[in-house]
Amino acid sequence: MTIVAVLIGAAIGAPVRYLVDRAVQARHESVFPWGTFAVNVTGSLILGALAGLSTSDTVNHLVGIGFCGALTTYSTFGYETARLAQEGARPLAVLNAIASIAAGLGAAYLGITIAQAVS
Amino acid sequence: MVAVAEHPAVDPDVDFHDPRQRAELTPHSWPVLAAISAGGGLGGLARYGLGEAFPWRPGAFPWSTFAVNVSGCLLIGALMVLITRRWPDAKLLRPFAGVGLLGGYTTFSTYVLDIRNTVAAGRPGVALLYLGGTLVAAVTAVWAGMAITGRLLR
Repeated sequence: MTIVAVLIGAAIGAPVRYLVDRAVQARHESVFPWGTFAVNVTGSLILGALAGLSTSDTVNHLVGIGFCGALTTYSTFGYETARLAQEGARPLAVLNAIASIAAGLGAAYLGITIAQAVS
Repeated sequence: MVAVAEHPAVDPDVDFHDPRQRAELTPHSWPVLAAISAGGGLGGLARYGLGEAFPWRPGAFPWSTFAVNVSGCLLIGALMVLITRRWPDAKLLRPFAGVGLLGGYTTFSTYVLDIRNTVAAGRPGVALLYLGGTLVAAVTAVWAGMAITGRLLR
């Protein structure tokens, strides 16, 4: 059943990423990839919270590996960072890399802390 | 502006500087969402399978997630060049293969949690190496994927 849980979670997480990215990108004009930033930080927060709770194996596979794994993306993040650097926006590329990783780590720690506090 | 016609867009998921992608902003984008969902499910399964085949012990270098993220970056670089130059009219290719398959295959949340867990396992040096190593290898892989594919299409 774990495979089915991963499949369902990922099949939901990927379109949610697209819809969030689209909604965020439609609301600003800058080239900074806020949409990807938003899904990656949100997914890190949820996965952190999941790590701080003692959830069942099925929930871990469905929400953690499936949903959070597919909601967040490294290919889009890496591609955007590479493209920004290529297009001459090197400071923005560096900023994107540092801010995404710092905010993702912060969100993961926050998620763990909140989950441990409420459980 | 960053996205000019000759170059792939900056955001491979959706870039509104590209008029073709702006057309996706209709309320009836169910085929696009279905393609993303199908690709995402398959990508997630591939990532899960690799994780099961090469299990990770806390404190060790997370090779499985590293390999997934770097190979996904190589493939997105190749894919975006192919879409821009070879198949600009394949409407569901980017949603299925780029947004879905590669987006669902690669993961940022597990990467971040791997770093946290490696630090928690008392291996901050390994965590830092993994943090920087994935970033550098991933961005280099995107460039390599674009460059190799661009050369092959010439």
